[in-house]
Amino acid sequence: MKRDSQFEFCRRQLLLAGAAYFVLGASHSGATVIYDHLPWTPNAGNPPPPATLGPWHFFTGDEGRTVEALADRIIPPDPDTPGGKDSGCAVFLDRQLAGPYGRQDGLYLRPPFLKGARNQGHQSDKGPAQQYREALAALTKSCRAKFGGKAFSDLSDADKDRVLEDLEKGKLELDGADGKAFFDQLVKDLQTGFFADPIYGGNRDMVAWKMIGYPGARYNYLDWINRHNEKFPLPPVSLTGRAEWTRAER
Amino acid sequence: MTTRLPKKDVVIIGLGWTGSIMANELTGEGLEVVAIERGPWRDAPTDFPPTYMQDELRYRVRHELFLRPEQLTFTFRNKMDQTALPIRSWGAFMPPNGVGGGGVHWNAEMWRFLPSDFVLKTHLTERYGASFLPDDMTIQDWGITYDELEPFYDRFEYLCGTSGTAGNLRGQIMEGGNPFEGSRSRPYPTPAQAQPFSHTLFGKAARELGYKPFPQPSGNLSQAYTNPLGMKMGPCTYCGFCEWFGCSNYSKASPQTTILPYLVRKPNFTARDNSEVIRINLDRSGKRATGVTFVDTSGETWEQPADLVILSAYTLFNVQLLLHSKIGRPYDPVAGTGTVGRNYTHQTISTVNGFFDPKKFNFNPFIASGAIGMCIDEFNGDNFDHGPHGFVGGGYMGQVQTGARPIESTLVPPGTPKWGAAWKSAVKENYLSTVKPGTGVHGSFYAYKDIYLDLDPTYSDRFGRPLMRITMDLKENELKQNRFLTDKFAEIIKAMGASKLDVQYRKGPYDITTYQTTHLNGGAVMGSDPTTSVINRYLQSWDVPNLFVLGASAFPQNAGYNPTLTVGALAFWAATAIRTKYLKSPGRLVDA
Repeated sequence: MKRDSQFEFCRRQLLLAGAAYFVLGASHSGATVIYDHLPWTPNAGNPPPPATLGPWHFFTGDEGRTVEALADRIIPPDPDTPGGKDSGCAVFLDRQLAGPYGRQDGLYLRPPFLKGARNQGHQSDKGPAQQYREALAALTKSCRAKFGGKAFSDLSDADKDRVLEDLEKGKLELDGADGKAFFDQLVKDLQTGFFADPIYGGNRDMVAWKMIGYPGARYNYLDWINRHNEKFPLPPVSLTGRAEWTRAER
Repeated sequence: MTTRLPKKDVVIIGLGWTGSIMANELTGEGLEVVAIERGPWRDAPTDFPPTYMQDELRYRVRHELFLRPEQLTFTFRNKMDQTALPIRSWGAFMPPNGVGGGGVHWNAEMWRFLPSDFVLKTHLTERYGASFLPDDMTIQDWGITYDELEPFYDRFEYLCGTSGTAGNLRGQIMEGGNPFEGSRSRPYPTPAQAQPFSHTLFGKAARELGYKPFPQPSGNLSQAYTNPLGMKMGPCTYCGFCEWFGCSNYSKASPQTTILPYLVRKPNFTARDNSEVIRINLDRSGKRATGVTFVDTSGETWEQPADLVILSAYTLFNVQLLLHSKIGRPYDPVAGTGTVGRNYTHQTISTVNGFFDPKKFNFNPFIASGAIGMCIDEFNGDNFDHGPHGFVGGGYMGQVQTGARPIESTLVPPGTPKWGAAWKSAVKENYLSTVKPGTGVHGSFYAYKDIYLDLDPTYSDRFGRPLMRITMDLKENELKQNRFLTDKFAEIIKAMGASKLDVQYRKGPYDITTYQTTHLNGGAVMGSDPTTSVINRYLQSWDVPNLFVLGASAFPQNAGYNPTLTVGALAFWAATAIRTKYLKSPGRLVDA
């Protein structure tokens, strides 16, 4: 590999060895000098890390039960397609909140945090992880007060829906949390998990993609561009392929 | 401590489209060129290969390829009497980062502006009278004409392999193309892309309503192409992952696919990535740039001296670096003095979603490309008589749906609950039979006295420099324009056979949280008068003649088209001026 000089080479090693001053979530974060040829290393990709199975990473047991119950009312199961819980939407949200999204990594977090107009965007040093923690606790408190000591997950489906409708309409105040904002974020996050690639923990077995007819992470429709008003026949694939490709047929 | 590097002939700030074009042109003159890029080097096999590029969560929802606001952001307010607050997470636009810039994750729409767009003030005043324009509107002519820019539009189109159907070939109107476009010297290098079902249906409905629909000119190629630099591109496979994504297939025009592999082999070219230029340095007179100072990701500070400085970052970063480097006079909207930050604009966007009978329509909406689509141009620029309507400006409109990535494309008809069993069954029923044009109405955005950029008094970046403040709102002229255009668009979507419409007008106040486009313009505009422009017609700084400022920051106001083709053409135009005029006699190319 041709390099500027001994100095350049050493400098780069130094950069890579030292603690990165500012990591930008890029595939490499050290400054480099590029000339003579395209910088390229075999197999140097940056594939997404799959969500691991197993216990909650962020939620407590109670929080997890509440979010699973919420997921199953926001995306209820039906005879053809599982609901939010069985499709993994709570797992998706748990892994997201335990990661960069929950911590607001990469966002601008310098003070002062002033209250502004809605169209000036989110202005808080609290990230989604902390906001979910507070709102879920407040929701549990509200349900226990209203429904004779019961948590959200113990309510009947009709009562659960009533709680959600009240949150949506801004009629249910949560102690120390904005109920309507929490509801909007919750619906958005769970539905995102339902339709995201299964690698992130939701949309298990691509159930959401099968439901709507989306063929997934394909990249060549050349044979189909001129076939109009004809249903695309192939099943979905995810970033990790299809179960049949890696597992013996049962 | 600052380490001083050996002097170069040229330093280029930002290695996106314009930086790559300029680097290639000036290395062609034998000059020693170094390009300094804030973000990382990026290329398809490492950063967006076909094995995992189709990831809507990672690239669209979590913004993988974009700048992180903690590194640099802006503050925003609608009006001058408000307190601006920082944009903590991106919304209305998505600033690029890394080699290739926005050229990595754009849709690749390849529009030329109309001849009248370049002489807008003169044209509108002559046709309607000066009193027809709002008092606070500050539109102006560009200082360049369409005919002067045409050869450079042509060069950028052929660099990119652009797929399209000519509408005006050497003055002759051509069937199937855009009859309103300016005269072009050559046909497009490759034929238009094939069109999916819903896009075809839009063309048919528009034709039946008396319009002249045509395929959107596209930088996603209809067939294999070898460009003038010998770079080879493959045919687009219609995967539906252009916007927000890098093309893993070498089918989308980008610096990576059209210039960089050729440029990097030149012995007189060097690039430095992960290095952010924080200042353009001036000599004691303040009239000559001596180079730049940059900080790399380890926090180390470097000085790169150079004879010629090319500022070719994204619009907002160009303006911000001028302000931080104290080049030119900052715009003051109250006194009406200064130019840096003046005439900042965006794009007036709206759409109409159409819900069709699922028993009769299956659109396979995931089959698409970023710049695919059928459009009409009857309501753009001054292609129609504005007299009866009481506004100026316009835009193209079309079914330009870029795919149907499921997180953002699972729509339900108006009135459907947003969650629960009814929502779920509506999603299931409608996904394959919904038309979601995205930026279906793509309107102009003209300039105003109190829409501008300056430095924020409160918030600062990681270096302690003030953030730049955006003061931006939607004016009545743009809202009227949008209502008129959106209604026309809805008529066509209805005529396609939609049973339900969701008409989404653009409404004020301007909202920094909802995506509109990344077409930000102005703030360092070109022109023929130094009291109303930052750079002359060759994109050369009036104040510092060995500094050229490229990009959409040069637009005096925005037309009803995507900006990139004009941005690229202007880069070739400026490069030609440097090669043929400036290098022979370095100094001001235009007398002030």
